[in-house]
Amino acid sequence: MSESGGQNATSVIVEKLRGWNAKAVSEVIEFHGETTVVVPRELLRETAEYCRSQLEFNYLSDATSVDRFPVEPRFELSYHLVSIPKKLKIRLRTRVSGADPTVDSMVPVWPGAGWLEREIFDLMGIRFNGHPDLRRILLPADWEGHPLRRDYPTEGFRDVPSTYIPAFKKQ
Amino acid sequence: MTTVETATGPAKTMVLNMGPQHPSTHGVLRVALELDGETVVKADPDLGYLHTGIEKSCQDKTYSQAITLTDRMDYLNPLGNNLVYCLAVEQLLGLEVPKQAQYIRVMMVELQRISSHLVWLGTHAIDMGAMSVFLYCFREREEILKIFERFAGQRMMTSYIRIGGVAVEPPAGWREMIGKFLKMMPSRVDEYEALLTENRIWQARLKGVGKISLDDAIAYSMSGPTLRAAGLAHDNRKAFPYSSYEEFNFVVPTRTDSDCYGRYMLRVAEIRESLKIVKQAMDKITDSGPIRTEAPGIVPPQREKMKTEMEALIYHFKIFTEGFSPPPGDAYVAIESPRGELGCYIASDGSPKPLRCHFRTPSYVNLQSLPLLIQGQLIADVIACIGTIDIVLGDVDR
Repeated sequence: MSESGGQNATSVIVEKLRGWNAKAVSEVIEFHGETTVVVPRELLRETAEYCRSQLEFNYLSDATSVDRFPVEPRFELSYHLVSIPKKLKIRLRTRVSGADPTVDSMVPVWPGAGWLEREIFDLMGIRFNGHPDLRRILLPADWEGHPLRRDYPTEGFRDVPSTYIPAFKKQ
Repeated sequence: MTTVETATGPAKTMVLNMGPQHPSTHGVLRVALELDGETVVKADPDLGYLHTGIEKSCQDKTYSQAITLTDRMDYLNPLGNNLVYCLAVEQLLGLEVPKQAQYIRVMMVELQRISSHLVWLGTHAIDMGAMSVFLYCFREREEILKIFERFAGQRMMTSYIRIGGVAVEPPAGWREMIGKFLKMMPSRVDEYEALLTENRIWQARLKGVGKISLDDAIAYSMSGPTLRAAGLAHDNRKAFPYSSYEEFNFVVPTRTDSDCYGRYMLRVAEIRESLKIVKQAMDKITDSGPIRTEAPGIVPPQREKMKTEMEALIYHFKIFTEGFSPPPGDAYVAIESPRGELGCYIASDGSPKPLRCHFRTPSYVNLQSLPLLIQGQLIADVIACIGTIDIVLGDVDR
């Protein structure tokens, strides 16, 4: 997928991150042309801020999460960053436990994270500290549970009460 | 409700619900507007009316079964959805796709872009009160849908692009069919422009409406025509080429006015560029050549082989019963859909079903900046702004 020069350029980025703060890079995963930098949860916002201001990752492409239940820490939160001037992509990842699913919000760094994080909160139940408007977005405000968690069944969770009873069923 | 200062003294604002059944919202979107007279003070979009849990359903299907679900997200761009999903699975598997299939994919996706922009232009013109443009646009879109029907057997929910290639060979007589369309289309685009571009009502409704600065557009992760109309030539087809786009010769149109009129001009220019790409793709497609890659156990074997070879039959059976298992890992692929960056993130745990399948849909992320676009505008301009962001609610809510 990525161009041949991309791999070298991303390893330079990883080196720069290590040089800035060795603790910020706890693991680097290379998989089929993509680079993932695993960052400790406490350092996520600082690292993101550094990426945006110093490494020209000016565009937040996507934010998403994975639930690896029953493995702990069960949640994996991924931010896909793009550097439009350098034509580079990198993924920042942090792992979050099920007991305390909270992370610092990225909204102060990229305002575009607002709805992406609201979606994660709504469907996966991860809370974002410092998010200005953390409400459910796709599901109704009174919905119980977070459907994209692995322990939330695809069907058969509860009966949905029907307010409409067809005339031929009324007896 | 808050109190605002007006020329005649302090006044109370009022809250008005626009939608969820308002025709200009192109689906079911509710926007709660806080109004000072007719001016928007604040806006809060309320979504989820079309949420069908496609991402959750994908986790319950094998990798090849989930393709049909992707059709149903952005119903004006089903081929693009197929493409991004298949590219993500292919990256996960490390699968190479034959050139022939890549060119067919490019041709189909560009035709889809034209048809999507035609629907946009038609419905947007109707929002602005120009009825006839809608009819003309749908007349041409019909021709594209006929092409899709011949290729895939389906007009809209095509599922034509499959993991490892495309579903079937191009049908007999496809060159004449698309050739005829390409010959007809440029003059039709001229017709739309003759109706709209210099039209005084059209200009009065769109010029200077819904402006956003380039810095805001980047900060709010906008993409596609809305970002390019703000002045940045960022297009995934050029910046991160996929499906052999680097071999095609086209320009990425940009504007600097960043208003609704600019976005209209930009989409018209994109239709013309897409026509060029379709032409080039047609020249690159040969009459023979593999349309699917050879990957036993992942890509279904050719029909003929399945009927004559024992091994191929077993693979065929296994693919459609238990599916295939990509290695544990994840992949994020982004393409340029008619609306902007369409991304697909798939995480695999080594089982035949995705652990997580996430779609980064351009309508969803672009809609986020609607409150920014319409702040301080009139209610009538809200309709223009929703229109030129070009949202598809199936894409927003998934």
